[in-house]
Amino acid sequence: MNDIKIYVQEPSGDNTPVDAPTDMGLSLMEVLKASGYPIAATCGGMALCATCHIEVLSDHELPAPSDDEGYMLDSLPAVTDNSRLSCQVRLTPELDELVIKLGAGD
Amino acid sequence: MNILSTDICIIGAGPVGLFAVFEAGLLKMRCHVVDALAQTGGQLSEIYPKKPIYDIPGYPEVLAGDLVKNLEKQIEPFKPTFTLGERVERFTRLDDGSFIVYTVAGTEISCKIIVIAAGLGSFEPRKPAIEHLALYEGKGVNYMILDPEKFRDQRVVIAGGGDSALDWTIFLANVAKEVTLVHRGTTFRGVPESAEKVQHLAEAGKIKLLLKSNVVGVSGEDKLEAVTISFNNEEDIIQETDYFIPLFGLTPKLGPLEDWDLELQDGAIVVNTFDYSTSIEGVYAIGDINTYPGKLKLILCGFHEAALMAQSAYKYIYPDKKYTLKYTTVNGVPTL
Repeated sequence: MNDIKIYVQEPSGDNTPVDAPTDMGLSLMEVLKASGYPIAATCGGMALCATCHIEVLSDHELPAPSDDEGYMLDSLPAVTDNSRLSCQVRLTPELDELVIKLGAGD
Repeated sequence: MNILSTDICIIGAGPVGLFAVFEAGLLKMRCHVVDALAQTGGQLSEIYPKKPIYDIPGYPEVLAGDLVKNLEKQIEPFKPTFTLGERVERFTRLDDGSFIVYTVAGTEISCKIIVIAAGLGSFEPRKPAIEHLALYEGKGVNYMILDPEKFRDQRVVIAGGGDSALDWTIFLANVAKEVTLVHRGTTFRGVPESAEKVQHLAEAGKIKLLLKSNVVGVSGEDKLEAVTISFNNEEDIIQETDYFIPLFGLTPKLGPLEDWDLELQDGAIVVNTFDYSTSIEGVYAIGDINTYPGKLKLILCGFHEAALMAQSAYKYIYPDKKYTLKYTTVNGVPTL
């Protein structure tokens, strides 16, 4: 087992822990979706639709967005400097205790 | 007003809607296809035309855009008709059991069967979260540019950082009286030539380029008169303008079909897997828009659903006709 914990900040402000395996090549989007969060993931994980937009709240250093992801983030109305597309965030042990909240999903 | 008549009205021109034309055509049923987008192919054309797909039987690899082209070629013998760029708003049932489908632009399609192949819904512009923005829609706020002449000698504020924001800024620089491009970032990651051109236009004073900025407010009496821009993420500036055009791309929305009295579950239409019929007789739902136990949102599953739907639709339209399944290998592809 190589599970890490991700915390999802709910609209109420509470953090919900989500167990996420790091040995299955999953993206953060896939884990959030499997955990029942309302993420459409229209494009299926190609950084082409922005329906899996999240904001990183903890000070983890994530790998920088690729050009594709950066382009999509650039074209969205409601992004912050901490915005990411969760389909492009690979789950690795370094992301243990990551805190995020769901972004404007469209 | 356009009034069209057909056997089957297919809502959605994605791969599954297009293939439904083929399956219906084998049974000599005519189809009319309606889509909110201006081109066929749905997500495949709008979101990922250049991406390869690997799970279409018989194609080790096919670009999404090429799959759409091939589907169009495959259905050509059945001479389908299309209404593109118009979203379906509603449908009504007549006394004889047939339907009239109405689009947002006033087109009416008279049909015996409705097939909803709407994928994730219709693609609509992403709208920024700005208070009172909706009040000015059509009164100075536009989410897409249909007729650029409308902006001749007008003052225009464009928001966005993608290719369409760049392209329209460049185009309108020569048309409008004044163009301001508002972008939250400091760089553009779209087509480099477009980004360069916008920089040059700004340096030459032909347009106003506001980086690290967001439009945060709209105001005006009866129509839009000014926008508030959070400039450089520091000070708010109020800029008088005739038009505000947020260009943040398109995103699928379930849209009006939520109100069509169909049984829905988590934003998808519940169908019977016997024939992919919905809770309304004569209305079918195939592809990503439907749900049933074991549903997989795959193009190949949508193709299968289209085949079963067509058989059932045929029996619905011609209850007294005897029918046996014919293979295309025996008689080739029939024509209508």
